[in-house]
Amino acid sequence: MNPFSSGTRLRDMIRAIRACKTAAEERAVVRKECAAIRAAISENDQDYRHRNLAKLMFIHMLGYPTHFGQMECLKLIASPGFPEKRIGYLGLMLLLDERQEVLMLVTNSIKQDLSHTNQYIVGLALCALGNICSAEMARDLAPEVERLLQFRDPNIRKKAALCSIRIVKKVPDLAENFINPAASLLKEKHHGVLLTGIQLCTDLCNISAEALEYFRKKCTDGLVKVLKDVANSPYAPEYDVSGIADPFLHIKLLKLLRVLGQGDADASDSMNDILAQVATKTESNKNAGNAILYECVSTIMTIEENGGLRVLAVNILGRFLSSRDNNIRYVALNMLMKAIALDSQAVQRHRATILECVKDSDASIRKRALELVYLLVNESNVKSLTKELIDYLEISDPEFKGDLTAKICSIVEKFSPEKIWYIDQMLKVLPKAGNYVKDEVWHALIVVITNASDLHGYIVRSLYRELQTAGEQETLVRVAVWCIGEYGEMLVGNAGMLNQEDPITVTESDAVDVIETAIKCHSLDLATRAMCLMALLKLSSRFPSCSQRINDTIIHYKESLVLELQQRAIEFNYIIEKHQNIRSALVERMPVLDEATYSGRRAGSVPAAVSTSQGAPLNLPNGVAKPTAAPLVDLLDLSSDEVSAPSSSGGDFLHDLFGVDLPPASSQPGGNHAQKSGTDVLLDLLSIGTPLAQSTSMADMLSSGDENKSPADILDKLGSPSGPPSQASPPVGSSSMMDLLDGFGPVSSVPENNGPTYPSLVAFESSSLRVTFNFSKQPGNPQTTYVEAQFVNKSPNAYSNFVFQAAVPKFLQLHLDPASSNTLPASGNGSITQKLRLKNSQHGKKSLVMRIRIGYKINDKDVLEEGQVNNFPRDL
Amino acid sequence: MILSRGPKLCNFVEWRGYKVVYKRYASLYFCMCIDQDDNELEVLEIIHHFVEILDRYFGSVCELDLIFNFHKAYYILDEILIAGELQESSKKTVARLIAAQDSLVEQAKEQASTISNMIAQATK
Repeated sequence: MNPFSSGTRLRDMIRAIRACKTAAEERAVVRKECAAIRAAISENDQDYRHRNLAKLMFIHMLGYPTHFGQMECLKLIASPGFPEKRIGYLGLMLLLDERQEVLMLVTNSIKQDLSHTNQYIVGLALCALGNICSAEMARDLAPEVERLLQFRDPNIRKKAALCSIRIVKKVPDLAENFINPAASLLKEKHHGVLLTGIQLCTDLCNISAEALEYFRKKCTDGLVKVLKDVANSPYAPEYDVSGIADPFLHIKLLKLLRVLGQGDADASDSMNDILAQVATKTESNKNAGNAILYECVSTIMTIEENGGLRVLAVNILGRFLSSRDNNIRYVALNMLMKAIALDSQAVQRHRATILECVKDSDASIRKRALELVYLLVNESNVKSLTKELIDYLEISDPEFKGDLTAKICSIVEKFSPEKIWYIDQMLKVLPKAGNYVKDEVWHALIVVITNASDLHGYIVRSLYRELQTAGEQETLVRVAVWCIGEYGEMLVGNAGMLNQEDPITVTESDAVDVIETAIKCHSLDLATRAMCLMALLKLSSRFPSCSQRINDTIIHYKESLVLELQQRAIEFNYIIEKHQNIRSALVERMPVLDEATYSGRRAGSVPAAVSTSQGAPLNLPNGVAKPTAAPLVDLLDLSSDEVSAPSSSGGDFLHDLFGVDLPPASSQPGGNHAQKSGTDVLLDLLSIGTPLAQSTSMADMLSSGDENKSPADILDKLGSPSGPPSQASPPVGSSSMMDLLDGFGPVSSVPENNGPTYPSLVAFESSSLRVTFNFSKQPGNPQTTYVEAQFVNKSPNAYSNFVFQAAVPKFLQLHLDPASSNTLPASGNGSITQKLRLKNSQHGKKSLVMRIRIGYKINDKDVLEEGQVNNFPRDL
Repeated sequence: MILSRGPKLCNFVEWRGYKVVYKRYASLYFCMCIDQDDNELEVLEIIHHFVEILDRYFGSVCELDLIFNFHKAYYILDEILIAGELQESSKKTVARLIAAQDSLVEQAKEQASTISNMIAQATK
């Protein structure tokens, strides 16, 4: 036997490690030791196994991997000697946890040890089992442990009790087996066993309702008696802690009584006396006493109603709250949160103290106090509380600010009595802690602002003032920039002054200055600067005098390296320079955002794309140089109307097509005209935008006659990638259109005609042409009507380049499929059919109405015929 | 997190949904992690109970004692807590149990050394 074969002794290894000056040195020492241990393991060294395991445990505590030693634990446990078993079990508990499969191998050893003659070994096994057994082990060994609950030695009994706790937690089904043995433990005299028995019962009650019933009926009185004995017991040096006999037992008993008394009036009654006694007699100048009082108060709060006791409890809490000891105050705040549910009046009385706690120097206390304040807020005290909290916000720590801001914002939102107060509070919070304000909070603020139309002037002026001083608070800048953009003219014109305001003079260029400063500020992030650009656009329309200056700024950003800014700059610049006439309509005041919809959406956590349209900007239309969709969506309001191709045009290239005044023959259908520039804009946009239906009808409108190349080009790009189809002899104009139509293809073929039938209709008839409509609807889809249009040539000459166009009012949506051909033989020898689909969003309220225009070439002469179809069946 | 706290602050910290209770003895911190609904003051008492027993066992325990005899500290802990629950509230009983087990270990060692002596002599 080589006495040096095991390497160093434990003590020496520890000394060596502690002597290392650097982490690398330590790693080297550890590595050497591990190598030695590994060698010893592979040689199956018996003698120094326990020493090696001890070393391994130390290395494990330092944080190095030690899984190679797990089997050693098992071997040690299996060896017969007590010291080996002892260290083996310790290794087991430290190096393994219940997830390891190796654990299963130990089950047999533990089983044998549980029946060992040496009671200390039994104790070791119970201890290990109680600390890390897994569910399968628990199931296997439960009967053994149950038996040991009645062992003669009290030490074994108490260990078995605690082991049982873990077993029933892992395998709740086994709880029934333990009820009876546990009940008998409650009659013990030995404090240790009593203590563990009580804990076992408490856990059994939490796990199994049956156990709860049993203990409640049989044991409540016994427990009350035990508590009485303990509370009244004379000085016992063995269990005394700072003058109180066995406070641990007190506390455990109170806990069990709490579980038993909760929800049961009889049990609660029987406890009243002893609880009162404990609450009044226990001394509270030492921690042990306070611990007991805390538990007592907790029990009183949980069991069934008893006025006198409750008052007692609240008084104790009040005393705790004003104690100088931080621990006590913390504990009191914790308890008060539970007390609020029962008796909020009593807690309100302590509001002032709690507010003081929010400002305490101790982080844990602050946190508790803030949560408590949040629970205390109601309509009557919200104003004063919020004022206090906001004042504190200024001086609070950065880590705390986030929490505090979130709480303030949510208090303000829930309880604000009137809008102006809400806005005022937010105006105070934003400059102080704007960076901590979450997105949904300021979105909600914007919604409220748009709804408070009489306060707009006041709001924008206050925001302007704040922005001067606190320009780095992100959220403040965003809200301010948006408001200045929207309500700029109120700012300059001092409109809507409230009584308590002082007038300020802000010129247009001041307002623009402010926004330019914001956009140049590099600490602000992308979304904010994008919003600034948007606001500048709005101002360029509202303040014509600054328009040039704004344009220069925007031009500067056309070269920005950031894609978002560059894109916006280019598009806005285009609007400013080329589209003066529609610009003002584009950036018109936004419609009032509907709060109900917004909060509904927010609750459903759908990103409310529309209500945050001022910023959220990322769905810009595909790169064609046209203004963004955002203002479009604004104008359209939240309920996106189906916009179909309205009849009149206003956009430049569409002017030519339809003309502003139509020939008197076609009477003005209701709703089609009075299309302001707003919708013209829509036309513009829609002509390039993606919705398919619109483009097809636009394509119709871009008919043969007018060679306006550019839109056709654009549409070409947009439209189908299919090459020019082989057409017989189409002139250029219609070919481009046909390309597109072919490309789009029959988007939806007319479905089986199994819906209700409608009589066919002669939509239009002139001396040379007749148009007939046949209708069908799909069942279950009453809003959509499928129309098959049939064109018959009544004249003796054939028509070529036959094009049918239709326009419908705003509440209808029209979709045109390509025609069967574009040559109409003479005298009704053939016909052209074309399928249309109409969707009526006002189905049932308004009937369909349509204006049609037909163009064709007869004898090399272009003819255009127009008419209006008013006589659609009512119920289409 | 605990080391950064000042001396007068309360002994409880919230961490990952649990509470950590700590008590400082000279340069050593004893921490216990408990659930939200456990009694923190009681836990302070448990920590003190443990430290007092250690003190009694090692005789004026200091940090070095714990470092070089960590396994013994663990054995004591195993007599006080199992699965996180308090096992024995009497310091005397705990001391007695530990003493008994230590004497078993001594006995075993003596036996082993006599046997190994015998073998060593036999194989010389």
